[in-house]
Amino acid sequence: MEAFTRLTGLAALLNRNNIDTDQIIAKQFLKKTEKTGYGQYLFFDWRYLADGSENPEFELNQKTFRGSSILVTGDNFGCGSSREHAPWALADYGFRAIIATSYADIFFNNCFKNGILPVLLQAEQRDQLAAEITKNPGVNLTVDLEKQEVTSPGGLKFSFEIDNFRKQKLLKGLDDIDFSLTLMDKIKAFENKQAKELPWLWKTT
Amino acid sequence: MKKTMYQKIWDAHLVFEQEGLTPLLYVDRHLMHEVTSPQAFEGLRQRGAKIHRPEAILATMDHCIPTIHRDQPIADPIAAKQVQTLEDNCEVNGLLLFNMHSPSNGIIHVVAPENGFTHPGMVVVCGDSHTATHGAFGALAFGIGTSEVEHVLTTQTLPQKKSKTLRIEVKGKLGAGVTSKDVTMAIIGKIGTAGGTGFVIEYTGQVIREMSMEGRMTLCNMAIEAGAKAGMVAPDEKTFAYLHSKKQAPSKEHWEKAVAYWKTLPSDEGAVFDQTVEIDATQIKPQVTWGTSPEQVISIDQKVPGEADFSDPGKKLAVKNALEYMGLKAGQSLTEVALDWVFIGSCTNSRIEDMRAAAQVAKGKKVNPKVRAIVVPGSYPVKVQAEAEGLDKIFVAAGFEWREPGCSMCLAMNGDELKPGERCASTSNRNFEGRQGKGGRTHLVSPEMAAAAALAGHFVDIRTWN
Ligand code: SF4
Repeated sequence: MEAFTRLTGLAALLNRNNIDTDQIIAKQFLKKTEKTGYGQYLFFDWRYLADGSENPEFELNQKTFRGSSILVTGDNFGCGSSREHAPWALADYGFRAIIATSYADIFFNNCFKNGILPVLLQAEQRDQLAAEITKNPGVNLTVDLEKQEVTSPGGLKFSFEIDNFRKQKLLKGLDDIDFSLTLMDKIKAFENKQAKELPWLWKTT
Repeated sequence: MKKTMYQKIWDAHLVFEQEGLTPLLYVDRHLMHEVTSPQAFEGLRQRGAKIHRPEAILATMDHCIPTIHRDQPIADPIAAKQVQTLEDNCEVNGLLLFNMHSPSNGIIHVVAPENGFTHPGMVVVCGDSHTATHGAFGALAFGIGTSEVEHVLTTQTLPQKKSKTLRIEVKGKLGAGVTSKDVTMAIIGKIGTAGGTGFVIEYTGQVIREMSMEGRMTLCNMAIEAGAKAGMVAPDEKTFAYLHSKKQAPSKEHWEKAVAYWKTLPSDEGAVFDQTVEIDATQIKPQVTWGTSPEQVISIDQKVPGEADFSDPGKKLAVKNALEYMGLKAGQSLTEVALDWVFIGSCTNSRIEDMRAAAQVAKGKKVNPKVRAIVVPGSYPVKVQAEAEGLDKIFVAAGFEWREPGCSMCLAMNGDELKPGERCASTSNRNFEGRQGKGGRTHLVSPEMAAAAALAGHFVDIRTWN
């Protein structure tokens, strides 16, 4: 997994609440058996018109937002289905950080597995960032994971909370599975004990 | 110390905990379908790892499979490949799979309980958000992403943060025509789609105690729509009776011991929850969503709200967008709006009781000629049972299509889908934009309300409609 330390990048504003994973990556693109190549389908129904051409109204199609790597958005981002295709699509499109006021649980977890940093800010902080982007589209924000800080050229500076273990793994690009595998002795000990105490859990066909 | 059920299950599954690290939780059962698993198997192969506990896995095909002409090959080559990939992965790894031709096939959240695969006190996961369904048994059941699927395949564990607990007490008695679907939708209407974020919900109260196991599955199924990690109901005699004699329930020799253990699971009297919400069941009426989020829901006798009914600017905008997308106006009554489709199915409402409830409404009547109505049982066992009871004949005589089991139009991956602008009464769980087809307009309702809407051609109040 790619590590995340400090990112200065173009910020796009998608000022809507409750953007769900069906919207982020529509179901017709979930049939692939690979992890890559989903960026072209990101926000498909918003991004393209019925004839397949780009929807000029859609935020991410604005010239000023092309090539953005930071997505500033509303409340409850990533709600709905558990599809990890959502962060795969966001990452493949080029987003490495998201800034929102809240996230759905599963989506939030999925981000960390894919080198995306979901930053949690207060509503008024997010609104200030949104206002700066609106006033000055094409602005670059900086997301610093080490310092746990978001800064803007307009002088905004907000710190954010993040679970320390998650932070350390993201900073080093470390994988959860490798870490858990180091605990295999403990897992096996747990299993032996459970098989003795709750034996019916261990009889399946 | 007095413990909640969540705390008890958590404690019983804690493999490892250390200051500064995410606790590691053991997983008892791992459910699987074709859409969210291929990349996890791929990861496993790349890592050169083996599946840690193959017998803890149950796989099915449900999302991409056709609900008609099941004997023919899947027309969509990408879907066909995905289905074949699951078949291959299960074969290579020796996993139990109900493929699309198996008599046990169906939607994962229907077939696992049907087989007695999920028990009280278990930790159950699946790469699917509606895993919350299995909480109906008093299990901690939640959806995970594909990387987490790989994690469970490799280690049979998951790093998990502790959730907060939310007790939702549904007091009193439900009125006639009001179902567990209406209860779960009314709860979401009250607390919102982010109301449960960070929480595991335990549903309690008289209504829940009186609810059937299938009703509890419907209830817990939509805990995720309230944003919760999981929903759960304490196991009781109904739970034990449901599990008894199921194929993968505890065997005879262990049964007594298992039941004794299950009886220790309910939250202790006086256990403290982080938050409590009380709902008066007598106030719940049949629910219908009018917008594009499950929280945009009203009782059938209420009018569609408008921007003016909300003060929060974010909500105002959401209402405006939703009304536009749904082709509705503020102040409208949903009983006036003509429907194009009715879909009775999905892991929320496709079990035998749902089939019976819808058939009861449809019996001896005719589907409105302007409406296309399909009934998709949740599994082959449900289908066989319904046919044994003659329900299929009732549906077909009334003009409903009687399909093969699968997710079907719940998420429209298999070709069963709405066209832009088409309006559907659906017993599924998500009314998101485009969920049932690009530009499609979904209204979530109970099976009774859906069946009645099919006959009338528009929504009706099932309590007063004959
Ligand atoms: S029926 Fe719908 S919600 Fe349930 S598993 Fe299938 S797609 Fe998901």
